[in-house]
Amino acid sequence: MIEARGLSKRYGGTMAVDGLSFTVRPGQVTGFLGPNGAGKTTTMRMILGLDRPTAGSVTVNGKPFAAASSAMREVGALLDAAAVHGGRSAYSHLLCLAQANAIPRGRVDAVLSIVGLADVAGKRSKGFSPGMKQRLGIAAALLGDPGIVLLDEPVNGLDPEGIRWIRRLMRSLAAEGRTVFVSSHLMAEMENTADHVIVIGRGRLIADCPMAEFTGTARATVVKTPDAGRLSAAVTAAGGALERGEWQLTVRGLAPERVGELALAHGIVLHHLAPAGVSLEEAFMELTTDSVEFEAKG
Amino acid sequence: MQATTATVPPDGRAVPAVTHRPGLAEAFHSELTKIRSVRSTYWTLLIQVVASVAWAVADCAGTVAHWSAQSAHAGFNAAQSSLLGQVALGEVIIVVLGALVMTSEYSTGMIRSSLTVMPRRGVLYAAKALALTAVSLAASLVASLAAFLAGQAILAGKHISTTLAQPDVLRAVLLSAIVVTVFGLLAYGAGALIRHTAGAITAILGVLFLLPELGQALPDSWYNEVVRWLPGGTALGPIASSAPSSAALAPHLFSAWGEFAVFCGYAAVLLVAGAWSFLRRDA
Repeated sequence: MIEARGLSKRYGGTMAVDGLSFTVRPGQVTGFLGPNGAGKTTTMRMILGLDRPTAGSVTVNGKPFAAASSAMREVGALLDAAAVHGGRSAYSHLLCLAQANAIPRGRVDAVLSIVGLADVAGKRSKGFSPGMKQRLGIAAALLGDPGIVLLDEPVNGLDPEGIRWIRRLMRSLAAEGRTVFVSSHLMAEMENTADHVIVIGRGRLIADCPMAEFTGTARATVVKTPDAGRLSAAVTAAGGALERGEWQLTVRGLAPERVGELALAHGIVLHHLAPAGVSLEEAFMELTTDSVEFEAKG
Repeated sequence: MQATTATVPPDGRAVPAVTHRPGLAEAFHSELTKIRSVRSTYWTLLIQVVASVAWAVADCAGTVAHWSAQSAHAGFNAAQSSLLGQVALGEVIIVVLGALVMTSEYSTGMIRSSLTVMPRRGVLYAAKALALTAVSLAASLVASLAAFLAGQAILAGKHISTTLAQPDVLRAVLLSAIVVTVFGLLAYGAGALIRHTAGAITAILGVLFLLPELGQALPDSWYNEVVRWLPGGTALGPIASSAPSSAALAPHLFSAWGEFAVFCGYAAVLLVAGAWSFLRRDA
């Protein structure tokens, strides 16, 4: 369980994180979403005590992280997979971390095989590909068998197989009852993984809700018609909006049933009418655009 | 790399429950592993020992070659001839090691992992300093003793060598090693303050070498007043010497212990400043 209350961080004149309050619960994957520069990494750094909040507080299992009885057994974190000493072997890297919390050598071997790096354990990490470094970072996060796993942009630099692997790993960690908090700017990635989303933009909270609810906030209807001009007029008059795609039209702000009724009322031929599974990406863009407009006005 | 199918962490080798809160002992163990698991440490310390011996051999061979009856009165000290090189060289080498122990954490980003597994910063800072002390003291003792023995073997050709059994000789050998370690801690503090390898090393070597040089530009009366307070340079002389006081050797300097205390003072100031920075600033 991670709880942030009014968490804020100012760098010079800019608020990187601005009054964030949220709770990350166990047993599910919580996606932490926002565009680059939204304050995700800064928030994670504050959770881990690497950065001191300008205002507000954040606790891990009810205490500041530095008060943890054994940090690695409580939280496993991957902030930046490239942040290893390249001259150290994968094994030595993990061993020095393990020793800091009196975790036995056997566990180092165990996590190396979990992430599939057992064969290169003795190799210096400077020769590792980004994907291998990412796996090494995950291995470090799993060392203490922690109840909370914090991953900052874990799919960066991974090939499709690696991405699938991380996704399955996060799902299984959550299924075991752990708290999984994972940041990403790739909205589509989270759609398949997260149960819950916390969305921030410009350091502020935009949404904190179950994934299903989040994708449902922006409903759309996909239509095909030879008479796009008239449909557009009708939709606009009814308070919706119509977007012209290459192959189809997307109607927003109106339920699919209402679009069908409008077409009938105006005698417009429809070749296709279907509710669209709105992608997280679109829902996210819609929400963050609002937040930007709101900020500009404010 | 072979794709793995393992997804679930639980396995036969579970993590034992925490019996006590990990602290200085665990962090020290971890930091010792860090220092020992990079090749650059071994190269650095090997160079320290080899160069110290080489310097002692060159210095003592030169003394033997030019030995005359007058030399005996010109402030010659057998221990110092063999040890001064290890102090002057070891100082530079251990300064680099001391700075790197801290700054490499920042240049690689490893500091974020280190503080995530040991978020108590004071404990981590102390553990790193202790691990650095252990490694650099061990290497410096080897370098100091090897340089001493090599130097004395050459001086023995003119029957002007000394032994560890003579008064103050063991003190000179040990203190020469310890003062080098103190310089490593000074650089460690500077590393925590500056967080940048090149910056920290340049700053420390600049102070250690430039300040004594600049001091010499002062009028003699002033220089004689400040020289004993300068870090490094001439003030290292009494430490490497087995002369009971520096009166005959260098009248404007403190004794070996006095100069040692001066260097410890500098190191203490930088260690405290580094600690303050390490505890207060965002990582």
